[in-house]
Amino acid sequence: MRYLPHSAHERADMLGVIGAADIDALFSAVPKSALKSFDLGLPAHQPEFLVEAHMRALASKNHAAGDGPFFVGAGAYRHHVPATVDHLIQRSEWLTAYTPYQPEISQGTLQMLFEFQTQVAKIMGMDVANASLYDGSTGTAEAVLMARRLTRKNKIVLSGGLHPHYRDVVKAYLKDDPDLVCLSPSPEGQGDILQQIDGNTAAIVIQTPDFYGHLRDLKSAAEAAHAQGALLIVVVTEVVSLGLLEAPGALGADIVVAEGQSIGNALNFGGPYLGLMATRKEFIRQMPGRLCGETVDADGNRGFVLTLSTREQHIRREKATSNICTNSGLCALAFSIHMGLLGEAGFVRLARLNHFNAIKLADALEGVPGVTVLNKTFFNEMTIRTPQPAAGLVERLARRGILAGVPASRLLPNDRSVDNLIILAATELTTDADISALAAALTEELA
Amino acid sequence: MSMNTQGRPTGVGTVGTGASGSALIPDEPLLFEIGDTEHSGVDLPDVTFSGDRLGGFARKSKLDLAGLTEPEAMRHYVRLSRMNHSIDSGMYPLGSCTMKHNPRLNEKMARLPGFSDIHPLQPVSTVQGALEMMNQLSHWLLTLTNTAAVALSPKAGAHGELLGMMAIKAAQEAKGEAHRTVVLVPESAHGTNPATAAFLGYTVKPVPAKDDGTVDVEAVKAALSPDVAAIMLTNPNTCGLFEPQVIEIAKAVHDAGAFFYCDGANFNAIMGVVRPGDLGIDAMHINLHKTFSTPHGGGGPGAGPVVLSEALAPFAPVPFVRKTANGLELVEHIEGDALGRVTAFHGQMGMYVRALTYMLSHGDDGLAQAAQDAVLNANYIKARLQHIFSVPFPDYPTMHEALFDDSFLRDSGVSTLDFAKALIDEGFHPMTMYFPLVVHGAMLIEPTESESKQTLDRFCDVMAELATDAIAGNKERFTSAPTKAPRRRLDETRAARQPVLKWEKPADLPQAAE
Amino acid sequence: MTTKFTPDHEYIRVEGSTGIVGITPYAQEQLGDIVFVELPAVGKALKKGDEAAVVESVKAASEIYAPVTGTIVEVNSLLTNEPGLVNSDSEGAGWMFKIAISDASELDTLLDADGYAELTL
Repeated sequence: MRYLPHSAHERADMLGVIGAADIDALFSAVPKSALKSFDLGLPAHQPEFLVEAHMRALASKNHAAGDGPFFVGAGAYRHHVPATVDHLIQRSEWLTAYTPYQPEISQGTLQMLFEFQTQVAKIMGMDVANASLYDGSTGTAEAVLMARRLTRKNKIVLSGGLHPHYRDVVKAYLKDDPDLVCLSPSPEGQGDILQQIDGNTAAIVIQTPDFYGHLRDLKSAAEAAHAQGALLIVVVTEVVSLGLLEAPGALGADIVVAEGQSIGNALNFGGPYLGLMATRKEFIRQMPGRLCGETVDADGNRGFVLTLSTREQHIRREKATSNICTNSGLCALAFSIHMGLLGEAGFVRLARLNHFNAIKLADALEGVPGVTVLNKTFFNEMTIRTPQPAAGLVERLARRGILAGVPASRLLPNDRSVDNLIILAATELTTDADISALAAALTEELA
Repeated sequence: MSMNTQGRPTGVGTVGTGASGSALIPDEPLLFEIGDTEHSGVDLPDVTFSGDRLGGFARKSKLDLAGLTEPEAMRHYVRLSRMNHSIDSGMYPLGSCTMKHNPRLNEKMARLPGFSDIHPLQPVSTVQGALEMMNQLSHWLLTLTNTAAVALSPKAGAHGELLGMMAIKAAQEAKGEAHRTVVLVPESAHGTNPATAAFLGYTVKPVPAKDDGTVDVEAVKAALSPDVAAIMLTNPNTCGLFEPQVIEIAKAVHDAGAFFYCDGANFNAIMGVVRPGDLGIDAMHINLHKTFSTPHGGGGPGAGPVVLSEALAPFAPVPFVRKTANGLELVEHIEGDALGRVTAFHGQMGMYVRALTYMLSHGDDGLAQAAQDAVLNANYIKARLQHIFSVPFPDYPTMHEALFDDSFLRDSGVSTLDFAKALIDEGFHPMTMYFPLVVHGAMLIEPTESESKQTLDRFCDVMAELATDAIAGNKERFTSAPTKAPRRRLDETRAARQPVLKWEKPADLPQAAE
Repeated sequence: MTTKFTPDHEYIRVEGSTGIVGITPYAQEQLGDIVFVELPAVGKALKKGDEAAVVESVKAASEIYAPVTGTIVEVNSLLTNEPGLVNSDSEGAGWMFKIAISDASELDTLLDADGYAELTL
């Protein structure tokens, strides 16, 4: 077996040193009834080329995004990842390193995390960011719990524009919690979240661009929340939007959570992704997740360490801010490299290009008979109403090789009012030909 | 790779005196010190458009992001990387972390466009291969554990643990037993266990360990009451021992109407050799990034699927894959008692691909051999070092970890931490220290199956030589270590008292220290 | 003026009906460098044994319990920026909070200096 270094001789020698008759002697604490008492019936080990053939056969049954026109978004976005990013993250010293608990031999990872935290704080306009969370959805649930700790109040209001999966994750984390208010889906862009804020409100959660693509007014929301002593949690599922849209921190956000997948990370059928979280300086101690901080070593040289770790589970046990152990280190690295390559100039150009293509997409869709674009505002994503149920329409377009977006009913199966809605995204990878092909196919299907 | 004075590869650069800034140990400035807002390593057209659709929300505040061209970026990240220890450059004897070899075939497979370039919400008819892949992974996990259901979606071990305990809570509520508010956790447990239980509103009740390092079924029985919802037990436990009474413990727990959550952090010791379902567990998370070789990546991403017993299967969260007459279906919504959803989308697909690739490469014979080799290696280290290191629990053979305490360092003036830091100068990553808490000055060593006999011998030689030197009173070597790493010991007090968590332009810093 | 001790290494220095509470020199030494102190809110009512404050070192966080029942009347806000005072002068400038003692008889259940010294031998 190519991954196991011992020869039979070496195994025998080692058992001799141990003084064990055979390997089973080392499993003597295992109840006899449970030790190798079965035939698993799984295949035996295989050479690399056979495993590869097996996996390739599975992969080939999927329609990859790059195989044709592609407009699927709704919380995960297909962007170009520079070759440099994927090359670098596969370097042994990044890929196969452990969590940097031994800072003397982990300065690479630690300095990168410090740079990453700085990048995230800057794009969000916040004081501090952590070293990443699992993804945007679990990050949202963590932010809600953090707001409760900070305000010592309970009511949480989720905007109707919040991604339904994010809402569901918060609901699972706060199972049957009477103080959780989930507003109805608001595909038209209006919401009544501000009327929900009262003296018992810990936080309101607003996504922008929202699930349907609309841009939300954070400034008024922040003012209304703060007037009642509540916090504003802002959720961003398309982080590229921050290249063009005002930073949530500049508009009064208290906690910002984002899905960072768009920068540096592939679609990967939903994971691994990258949770970003940033907040105000005074809230650091209630922020979950790892933090990297600057310090000096015994010779006075600048160095970095994981810090404020007493907030974490391995020390505080049942008093920890969260039970999180692992974060998304390698995805954070990919984000940081890609963002380092983009720089301000590239990040802004990327955002502008996304918006530019989305405008072309919206204009083309408006031209399809029977189709209405619901958005007055958007970044790179929008919702259309079609004269037919969206699920079947999207399926038929897929058979033509066009992945035309997400039927809202896929995420909101119990809400008949969204049955005819499709959410579509454009990115820098969307071409004019893709848009023409979609418009033509849609026109034919609706004719 | 550089060599230390013994001519051994060291894993991290150790050229010269260890002062940073030499040819092979770069002292790399921060991205923000070498880049600026004008440089970019990505060519993108600068489009102009009239009439944006931003509704007046366009950015006015400064971004101030530093950029690098491609050659500059390449060098920055390569130079940074060289300040890291990694599995590929040296052993990580980190107990409870299972730092095994990460096969590159896994990486290659995860990057096939059919896996990496598919969207979680594209039509199910266009991702049948992905669902089949998830189904195959599920089959392997269920077969290796002899359990009824598996929830793939948790993002990491602690997340899986949370989900497993949520399922237990939901099951107790469905039975009308919501009054069960206590969770038993052995004193030796990993910190996530009590953190998870407390997170769900449970009161944590510790169960003492016996002097031999295992949990006593009588102590569990004494702690059980009509208030107890579950026990959270790690098996093999955090002391590296298989719980010999685990079946009796499971029975006692079930008889009392409670569930058995097993922390699967140490599954690597028994995969293919013992099926946890045969021991009576109700839920167990499996760290794909430990047992099934998906890379640690400097701290994630992980993946923590949870297997569930028949009793808990109805409470599994969405999504899951189901076979129908028309192919595979992805169940994304269900009504009733189920937990709903613990993450957006379908979990760590990229990790599923790597884990299944690893399983197929090993086969059931290879997985069992890997577990046995992991146990063999730990026992070999224990056998080679027990004449000088103190073994706190000598009654049982160890599983895949060798645990020592610090009594051999008594009166030497060398702490466990000092000792571990000295390992760095010899080219090894330190072992896990001060865990489990039940052992004074614990040193927990997990070699995994990936280490050759030669490496183990070298490690044992170094450990024995260090111990001899510490006992002989050469304190300075330890208290000043490491001296050959890219950095000496770092001032963690300063970092925590005056946290500096992001880079600020020197000009923007306040004149006086805060 | 008397000073009493708990087995959990808090001291309470009694001044009239008020007690000044902190951790003992022994405790600060065991904890190592203190990096953060979380103080209770003034006006908070606590029962003997309730969690009153938290001290954090780099590697550990420890709860500070109310040695007696009472109400918090003042906290040492200097510790917010200078947690190191707990290390350098735990019984002086490193005090944590003042508590209005509800029931002076509870003091009799605590250790005196000799009793505490014996505990930490």
